[in-house]
Amino acid sequence: MANKQVLSPLPGTFYRKPAPDQPPYKDVGDQVAVGDVIGLVEVMKSFHEVKADSAGKVTKFLVENEDPVMAGQPLVDLG
Amino acid sequence: MAIGSLLIANRGEIAVRIIRAARELGIRTVQAYSQADAESLAVRLADHAVEIGPPSAAKSYLNIEAILAAAQATGADAIHPGYGFLAENADFAEAVEAAGLTFVGPKGATIRLLGDKVAAREVAANAGIPTVPGSPGRIDDPQAARALAARIGFPILIKAAAGGGGRGIRVAADQAEFDRLAPQASVEARSAFGDGGIYIEKLIQRARHIEVQILGDGERVVHCFERECSLQRRRQKVWEEAPAVHLSDDIRRSLCAAAVALAQSVRYRGAGTLEFLYDVVSREFYFLEMNTRIQVEHPVSEFVTGIDLVREMLRIAQGEPLRLRQEDIALNGHAIECRINAEDPANDFMPGPGVVESLVVPGGPGVRFDTLLYPGYEIPPFYDSLLGKLIVWDDTRANALRRLEGALMELEISGVKTTKPLHQALVADEEVRTANIHTRFLEQWLERKALSLV
Repeated sequence: MANKQVLSPLPGTFYRKPAPDQPPYKDVGDQVAVGDVIGLVEVMKSFHEVKADSAGKVTKFLVENEDPVMAGQPLVDLG
Repeated sequence: MAIGSLLIANRGEIAVRIIRAARELGIRTVQAYSQADAESLAVRLADHAVEIGPPSAAKSYLNIEAILAAAQATGADAIHPGYGFLAENADFAEAVEAAGLTFVGPKGATIRLLGDKVAAREVAANAGIPTVPGSPGRIDDPQAARALAARIGFPILIKAAAGGGGRGIRVAADQAEFDRLAPQASVEARSAFGDGGIYIEKLIQRARHIEVQILGDGERVVHCFERECSLQRRRQKVWEEAPAVHLSDDIRRSLCAAAVALAQSVRYRGAGTLEFLYDVVSREFYFLEMNTRIQVEHPVSEFVTGIDLVREMLRIAQGEPLRLRQEDIALNGHAIECRINAEDPANDFMPGPGVVESLVVPGGPGVRFDTLLYPGYEIPPFYDSLLGKLIVWDDTRANALRRLEGALMELEISGVKTTKPLHQALVADEEVRTANIHTRFLEQWLERKALSLV
């Protein structure tokens, strides 16, 4: 079965944490439910939550915190 | 000392603006750019370009070491910071000078002094300029608060000294209400924050944002009259004009004199803007802060005074004394600027980068479009949403509005959503046409109109 992935809805900068001094939304091994926030994408100085559209367990982050991302780019592998 | 080669430590339309001004002075231009800006118009127009890091501004346009290294590697002898990014970073200004380069702007110490809110209020007070009346700090003695409130005049805002985010704010319309509300505020503050201290400030119900453009050479300061920037959304200016309408010559004169006095008192060097709140009801103005850089909306001042502000900044940075005497600077006609952003006004101003499929730029007399766009350009998502500024000038405000209407109609940007429909609605609005505006006007107006902006 192909991996489930969470894709970036927007181009911009990906953040794994709500704020620099806070823990990440999700870590590898965490369970994710539909609608859970897995990160933020900053586009033109405005921040948008990235929500999972399928459930699963995080097996891998495909981009690092603060990496530039394209719209449709996979961010997370869900097992 | 003459600048031979200028590094532009900024991006977007202001980088293009600076390149043009430098070119006209015979200065070689070096555009610093992030990996996301390799295809930018500024990079295309500059004599030379140098990459300073990855897309993230923190790693490129805010990276002091990378910028200084780029200046040295390309033989630049001066750096223009533009606006935003490092433009008001005193450490950067000092690092540039310490590296033996010229910083196009004030001294680091001036930036630091005016960037500190309390210190800037003191500078204003020493120069005899009013700031919004209020308690200098917290007040714990109810009698002292009562006496100060009576002195300031009503209505008065009562805030918890330890509060924030609007919590515990009360408005007292008169002394009796103040006597009732101040103790309440104190009790509530104590239970919410464990601190009953309060702070009081005059409430300005109908305020306009008016700012004065100045130029200083470190000895002498002149003003280039004022701009009106009351149309704001979330504290971001959207539409600016020069001069401010419905402002009497008396008030204009004292406002501009106040700005010059303040800038003179710190021996200001460079272009700067002093922001004031103007109380429409009492017709009094209060100093808010000074921006120690060129501003986005500088072109409206250029149109009504005929002065090229960016060119003058560069001349001042070269150590030339001001060429202008105050009596040479006259106000002529009326100018309006609309900020064209990559945002969708019909969808809560959601920003949307993308590729510019085609571009038609308006023209004709008194029309200027300062932009970073060209057809086929891919707008990167990493920076602010400003795509360009449409600025028009005409002999009267009524004529400028008509010219603006035509210019907006001519402007075509396809491929991305822009704020053009917002400006088309504003230019047609009766209250905007009669300039019956204040700082909360646009947000209230948007609550009624946002859905029709397509």
